[in-house]
Amino acid sequence: MPSEYKLILKHADQPGYTPDIECYLKHGGYEVLKKALAMQPLDLPDGKRKSPQEQLRDEVMKSGLRGRGGAGFSCGLKWSFVDRRSGKPIYLICNADESEPGTFKDRQIIHKDPHQLIEGMILSCFANDVKLAYIYIRGEMPQGAKLLNKALAEARAKNLLGKNILGSGYDLEIHVHRGAGAYICGEETGLIESLEGKRPYPRIKPPYFPAVLGLYMCPTIVNNVETLCNVKHIVAMGGAEFAKLGTPNNTGTRIVSLSGHVKRPGYYEIEVGKVTIGELINDPNFGGGLRDGRKLKAVIPGGSSAKVLKAGEKFKLKRKVDGKDVEQEVDMLDLPYDFDSLLQAGTMSGSSAIIVMDDSVDIVEALANISEFYAHESCGQCTPCREGSLWMSKALHRLTHGEGRKTDADYLEKIANNIPGGRTICAFGEACSWPVQSFVAKFKDEFVAKGAADEAKRAQNGVASNSAAAKRRETVAAH
Amino acid sequence: MSTAPTTESKPAPPAIEKIKVKVDGREVEVPKLSPDHAGKLVPTTMIQACEAARTDVPHYCYHPKLPVAGNCRMCLVEFGTPALGPDRKPVMNPDGTPKIAKSPRPAIACATPISPGMEIYTKTPAVKQMREGVLESLLINHPLDCPICDQAGECKLQEYSVDYGQSASRFVEAKVHKPKAVDLGPRIMLDAERCILCTRCIRFTRDVAGDDALGIINRGSYNTISTYPGMPFDNNYTLNTVDICPVGALTSKDFRFQMRVWFLKETKSVCTSCATGCNILISSREEKIYRYTPRENDGVNGPWMCDAGRLNYKWIHRDDRLKDVLVRGQKSSWTVALNEIAETLKRVPPGSAAIIASARQTNEELWLLSKLKAKLGAISDSVPRTGKGDNLLVDEDKNPNTNGARLTGISFTEMGINLSKIAAGIARGEIKTLIVFGEDLLKRAVDAKALREKELTSEVVTEHGITAELLGKLDTLIVSDILPSATAKLAHYVLPGCAHAEKRGTFTNRDGRVQRFMQAIQPPGDARPEWDFLHDLVYNVTGKNGFLTIEGLFNEMAKDVPAFNGLTWAGLGDIGVTVKV
Ligand SMILES: Cc1cc2nc3c(=O)[nH]c(=O)nc-3n(C[C@H](O)[C@H](O)[C@H](O)COP(=O)(O)O)c2cc1C
Ligand code: SF4
Ligand code: SF4
Ligand code: SF4
Ligand code: FES
Repeated sequence: MPSEYKLILKHADQPGYTPDIECYLKHGGYEVLKKALAMQPLDLPDGKRKSPQEQLRDEVMKSGLRGRGGAGFSCGLKWSFVDRRSGKPIYLICNADESEPGTFKDRQIIHKDPHQLIEGMILSCFANDVKLAYIYIRGEMPQGAKLLNKALAEARAKNLLGKNILGSGYDLEIHVHRGAGAYICGEETGLIESLEGKRPYPRIKPPYFPAVLGLYMCPTIVNNVETLCNVKHIVAMGGAEFAKLGTPNNTGTRIVSLSGHVKRPGYYEIEVGKVTIGELINDPNFGGGLRDGRKLKAVIPGGSSAKVLKAGEKFKLKRKVDGKDVEQEVDMLDLPYDFDSLLQAGTMSGSSAIIVMDDSVDIVEALANISEFYAHESCGQCTPCREGSLWMSKALHRLTHGEGRKTDADYLEKIANNIPGGRTICAFGEACSWPVQSFVAKFKDEFVAKGAADEAKRAQNGVASNSAAAKRRETVAAH
Repeated sequence: MSTAPTTESKPAPPAIEKIKVKVDGREVEVPKLSPDHAGKLVPTTMIQACEAARTDVPHYCYHPKLPVAGNCRMCLVEFGTPALGPDRKPVMNPDGTPKIAKSPRPAIACATPISPGMEIYTKTPAVKQMREGVLESLLINHPLDCPICDQAGECKLQEYSVDYGQSASRFVEAKVHKPKAVDLGPRIMLDAERCILCTRCIRFTRDVAGDDALGIINRGSYNTISTYPGMPFDNNYTLNTVDICPVGALTSKDFRFQMRVWFLKETKSVCTSCATGCNILISSREEKIYRYTPRENDGVNGPWMCDAGRLNYKWIHRDDRLKDVLVRGQKSSWTVALNEIAETLKRVPPGSAAIIASARQTNEELWLLSKLKAKLGAISDSVPRTGKGDNLLVDEDKNPNTNGARLTGISFTEMGINLSKIAAGIARGEIKTLIVFGEDLLKRAVDAKALREKELTSEVVTEHGITAELLGKLDTLIVSDILPSATAKLAHYVLPGCAHAEKRGTFTNRDGRVQRFMQAIQPPGDARPEWDFLHDLVYNVTGKNGFLTIEGLFNEMAKDVPAFNGLTWAGLGDIGVTVKV
């Protein structure tokens, strides 16, 4: 029977475990850091020397660690892009903006085990010659900010931060910065602008790749909270050993936020790819199944921006079985929960947030809700997303308020198609259009039926409702 | 020997490596690096390569003289780069050409650097569809009331809608309503509903004018351009945002709703409000000027000009303009006045005449006056006129032709140094005849410190000791001016002259750039261009014939004045030629 694999959350929920440094130290905290700071340069057969920093970066590369923030990009590769020859300082930013609807994993770490994050950050900073780092924490998490500041003060008091850390000669300072309440601040370049004190308008890439022109136009690494915690475990066990966790190319563990119509919503840490979506929903160790008497309707597998999966959908997966490439047809419930399988299924594991919807859900209402969120959160910088996100939301508001049309399904699809695929400055364009594209494509009959019902009702009542409708639309427009 | 005139004062930049790319199948060779908005060399972008290939890429937010924003997405194109094999070597097609790997994602041409062998596709169905999508998005919340919009006729949204817009909008929702007729500052109005949020105005004032005065408030589709609360948009360059706003969102309070732009005639001219000599277009209709706008000249003003200079045209249409030739206070004619003056001047003993000519006169006029000066053995000078300058365009010298006055020998390195000598000469009774062009000698000096902070055209006229009492001692006072003045009141002869908009000529700016300007409107009443009647006068006095056209006059002057040697009227072109000053 599949079960949790607790690497990051090993201690967090243990009775008596507190966020204090003493507790962390009692559980072996900062031992990995001490080990890393004591590392020696390695003499290579070709006469070259490999610095401890390079050795650490190699381990991260070997581990196969992929980013836990959303895009699943290789952490080692990201670090390898950093411009180390510019002569400018290198910054590291921990992305703790966790705002993707359905996601509540990073806050578990921050609230329950902040020192694990700090140790992971110090190691990552040391490996990248970073002397100044920031934790950008979502504005709506004041308690988290307080805990992090306390933890940082504790670490400073023990010379785990500051000048000449533990006598190693390495200096590092970490500051907490609180966001002001915008989802787009989670997008790394929007985050950087916000940290610089500006409006979080994401930057165009090229030329503003953070690894070259990031914070204050200096090379910058942005990593998710969970990604940085993993670095500690990679350094502790070695990259090769870490890579044995999970499945090839999908290594390590992930903390899955499970929400919606399951009996046991919550966060579960699993080895990546060792558990299927169906198991996460139904297994007693995880979701414990749907509410009694309900049937599964849809699953959003990676935070609200991921494309929805419809109950009963089948996918062809390319997999390696005994070293051979084979193609297998699998039900959506049998998709292994990992990066690559979900990509093959046309969606993504995103921020590893699974939202489960049973047959009590009005799918049009569900999409209207999601779209309203994205219309509200679009930063408004680039045309397709700025105008498209609100347009979709207005259409869905109309469709869920008795003013629908049969043609609205096609209408929505066309609006949504104008946004993604590299037409926008940041991936928010995809985030706001993928739900619309996938909901409408997979549940088209429900959208058409709703519009048709509204049309029939209007025909019955005559066109009298027109002015009322117009008024209602004004209200949406003004909200 | 005078040095050969050049069109650019800067030395030629070092040679830049060239790379080959294809635009819609057409190969072009472009420099690897190109100047960015500030002139710094950065990797050449797709839009620059397309320009080199004469392929138009529609765009809203991109402006060559502003930092790139990449927000409108109108310039999205498809592209491919040479495919690399596992050995990192280019993969070849059977026919020996390099295989191109087409990018699955489009790129914005305004921000994406080119690379050797890159192929840019601007005419594919996907590109067309993306442009249509962007345009549709821009239009859904746009008022679409072009008939009452002031931008109509010079609106990029109108223009591209013809090319890429769908005739019928699919949009059936309520539009977003935003503030209209927002008073952004003393000279600028904003209609936020027309704004397409290209941020050109924000970038201009922040990155060019150095005043971070504009920003965006609210989220998503509710984004709105705004000033900081309580801080009006008020620097000396604000009106440039009206020029670069691609739609009718920003309007000039001075110009809005005055005239439909397609009725306006545009005349190439030069601003006369300071020594910089920004190149301008004068927009006029039926002998009335409606606006000045900057005319791009990278050797002088780029695409910009200051607000003070831009708005300094109203005086041209003042009712009290000098329109009549006056002889001892009585209305007369040009023939009578010029003949009498000529007769008088022919008889003045050497050393008894003085000429004070404004450095607001043209090179040709000053040169003609210098011919008079030589004939009369007169002492001469101009009146310095100074004010505030800045680091962008505005010069402290408020005379547009200080260098012209020096090069023609009317004034000297230190302008105004002869004024007190002239005053003393009149006081001693040695100077009996005074010719004054374009200056009110009785205008009292203004204290520099008394000038308002932002008032950049106000001028400080040097104290020179020439008083009404002294002017009263003269036998002959000849004054040519455009507007009435205390000096003209005392004159025996008043000759009504022209504003630069009413004549042709050249000025020599602070860097020695000789620039032509053309005539936009007719002068009022009997007023005549100064060069025109000066030519007659000089002929009458000296007997030397000259040219009756401005071209001929200029070319003759160019032969005579060493600094101008080698110049021709035609050779000045639209952007002028720099001479050594
Ligand atoms: C609209 C948007 C919102 C995002 N929000 C978050 C977020 O809240 N937290 C996060 O870690 N990453 C977020 N990301 C992803 C980041 O841009 C970035 O990829 C990530 O922080 C990199 O860290 P990783 O490589 O460790 O995953 C967001 C991306 C987009 C496009
Ligand atoms: S895609 Fe949306 S969120 Fe991203 S920059 Fe453009 S408008 Fe802003
Ligand atoms: S006001 Fe004009 S220049 Fe400024 S952002 Fe709007 S459209 Fe662009
Ligand atoms: S800077 Fe000088 S020349 Fe240019 S517009 Fe202003 S006043 Fe005229
Ligand atoms: S011109 Fe606006 S994105 Fe390129």
